[in-house]
Amino acid sequence: MSPSAPTSAPPSTEPALLCRGLTKRYGSVVAVDGLDLEVGTGECFGLLGPNGAGKTTTVEILEGLLVPDAGEVRVLGQRWGGGGDRDLRQRLGIQLQETQLQEKLSVEETVRLFRSFYRRGPTPLEVIRSVSLEEKRRSWVGKLSGGQKQRLSVACALVNDPDVLFLDEPTTGLDPQSRRQLWELIEAFRRRGGTVMLTTHYMEEAQRLCDRVAIVDHGKIIALDTPAELIASLGGEHVVEFSVADGLDPEPLAGLPGVSSVHREPRGYALGVREPHVAIPALLAELERQKATLSQLTTHNATLEDVFVSLTGRTLRDA
Amino acid sequence: MPEPGLFERSPLWQLTWARTLAFLREPDALFWVFAFPVLMALALGIAFRNPGAQKSHVGVEAGPRAAATMRALEAAPDLEIALLPADEAAAALRRGRISVLVRTADKGGPVLVYDPSRPETRLAHLATVEALERAAGRVDPLPLRTDTIVRPGSRYIDFLIPGLIGLNLLGTGMWGIGFPIVMARQLKLLKRLIATPMRRSHYLLAFMLARMLWLVLEVATIMIFARVAFGIVVRGSWAGFVVVCVVGALSFSAMGLLVACRARTVEAAMGLMNAAMLPMWLLSGVFFSADRFPGVMQPFIRALPLTAANDALRALTNEGAGFAGVIPAVLLLVAWGVGCFGVGLRLFRWD
Ligand SMILES: Nc1ncnc2c1ncn2[C@@H]1O[C@H](COP(=O)(O)OP(=O)(O)O)[C@@H](O)[C@H]1O
Ligand SMILES: [Mg+2]
Repeated sequence: MSPSAPTSAPPSTEPALLCRGLTKRYGSVVAVDGLDLEVGTGECFGLLGPNGAGKTTTVEILEGLLVPDAGEVRVLGQRWGGGGDRDLRQRLGIQLQETQLQEKLSVEETVRLFRSFYRRGPTPLEVIRSVSLEEKRRSWVGKLSGGQKQRLSVACALVNDPDVLFLDEPTTGLDPQSRRQLWELIEAFRRRGGTVMLTTHYMEEAQRLCDRVAIVDHGKIIALDTPAELIASLGGEHVVEFSVADGLDPEPLAGLPGVSSVHREPRGYALGVREPHVAIPALLAELERQKATLSQLTTHNATLEDVFVSLTGRTLRDA
Repeated sequence: MPEPGLFERSPLWQLTWARTLAFLREPDALFWVFAFPVLMALALGIAFRNPGAQKSHVGVEAGPRAAATMRALEAAPDLEIALLPADEAAAALRRGRISVLVRTADKGGPVLVYDPSRPETRLAHLATVEALERAAGRVDPLPLRTDTIVRPGSRYIDFLIPGLIGLNLLGTGMWGIGFPIVMARQLKLLKRLIATPMRRSHYLLAFMLARMLWLVLEVATIMIFARVAFGIVVRGSWAGFVVVCVVGALSFSAMGLLVACRARTVEAAMGLMNAAMLPMWLLSGVFFSADRFPGVMQPFIRALPLTAANDALRALTNEGAGFAGVIPAVLLLVAWGVGCFGVGLRLFRWD
């Protein structure tokens, strides 16, 4: 799960994507608030955060579609607006969060149109095959299912065999099977050495696909590391969540054996735990001592969701 | 089809082709572009067909010498006569069912009641006078012979067809360009396209080229129909006709582009389109001549691109005008087109 070493030529100490002090305001809303990040060549980087966190704005600035109010952006070592934009675009694959493709064109017509904008890349048919839409190639876009539309949208981003692929919430609203199909597509792209910049608000997705994840909230990065490290920062691979019917003094919880962190949650407490079989009996004993009545207790393997909760006190879904 | 490699690799061609397919797959658009003008021409052509010489309607009020008067009037071929009781006669006159009412009396000549402010009643009045005088024994001092001809291009349908072509150029230009652009903006498709290395000029140019493809079909449909159904042909310069159609179509497409250059929703764009088209629908002489509007309005009306297009098309089809005759109209259309395109492009919003 560590970031893969750059596979291309030596001078690529230059990161594939870089931004420093990125800021974007909409009136009084600060959509992106002084954001720094660096994505290495061949890396899959995830921006994880709730709706409105500023993910789309950040990505669209990187894509050269929005101009930041402040900050510096480099994509494959180049700045936007320096005269080489169209050459730079030849090397990027972009899928936007909200685009709806022309409904009355077929899959093949759509891919062929997008293919015509690029100098090099696979044939339209090869791309269609790579996203498993060959059976649908003569269907109109308007007749495709949500998952098929999304794969077509990714196909349009892959027509030039890009060096960097941007995917903005590619699996939002998809059923689990379609989501897995897209994940496989992204993994196949990575095996060819491509760099991926992905936004999502699904933890499992970031955990499965990304080498590194930046957790974004209110336009700022509040944590940035590999998923494993982020989870480790909770102080244990397990999370014990519980709530009590009456009051509780949380002070002694941190000192319990096997407990490495304590977070207050909207409906109780979450403990980061290394060894549940040690921590849970100790917890029960402590509750007994405080005469607190347990109303709920669950335990699960720690996820990025828990990281988000521990950082913000909110869950991603109700953030 | 061109060689596959070239066809597949040219973004301009792919954009044009995609545009054309999207249009051909839109049944509503096909109806408005192809069927609507033909149905319109058919309906109006039948409603206003020249029914040979028009008859005048004359009423005779029931009275002492009504029968003799009826006989006298029946000798005139252009009159349609009805014998009416006194109360009905007044109502018929009021409602315009008859143009002249002849009232007979025991003594003296008949009285003719009519409203001289309307041309058709004056005509009826003259014909009635003539018929009554002839029956009373009038002899013409100068025997006149008449020779009637129908001048081609003077029927209402002759007037209408060029106007319908002009209207179609306007409508297809505005809708055919404005609507898909705003739709693409609303669906973030424009944004997706500029995320590719596509040349922005190619995108807009493709609209113009696609427009030219269906312009040919659209004008051909109306002209073939007009030829078959009403025997209408272009009597003047064909080259002039083609140039006016092409320049007109491009000019109206540029207006469509201007209207669509910033609107974010289809509703907003529709409002703008109607605001731009309404004055031309009313003033530019599609269904009746623009000359009927008062003189103070004429400079404004003459400056409208649809007026120029309609007048030029009429001159070419009906009056046998040559190419030189429509050059001023073409220049006016070019000016409109260049102006709208320039401003539209400058203000164009891609996201
Ligand atoms: N065009 C815009 N106009 C006004 N506010 C915007 C615009 N785009 C985004 N925002 C605001 O900026 C913030 C970040 O939005 P966005 O980048 O879309 O978040 P995310 O992709 O993480 O859901 C939100 O509060 C959103 O309402
Ligand atoms: Mg977003």
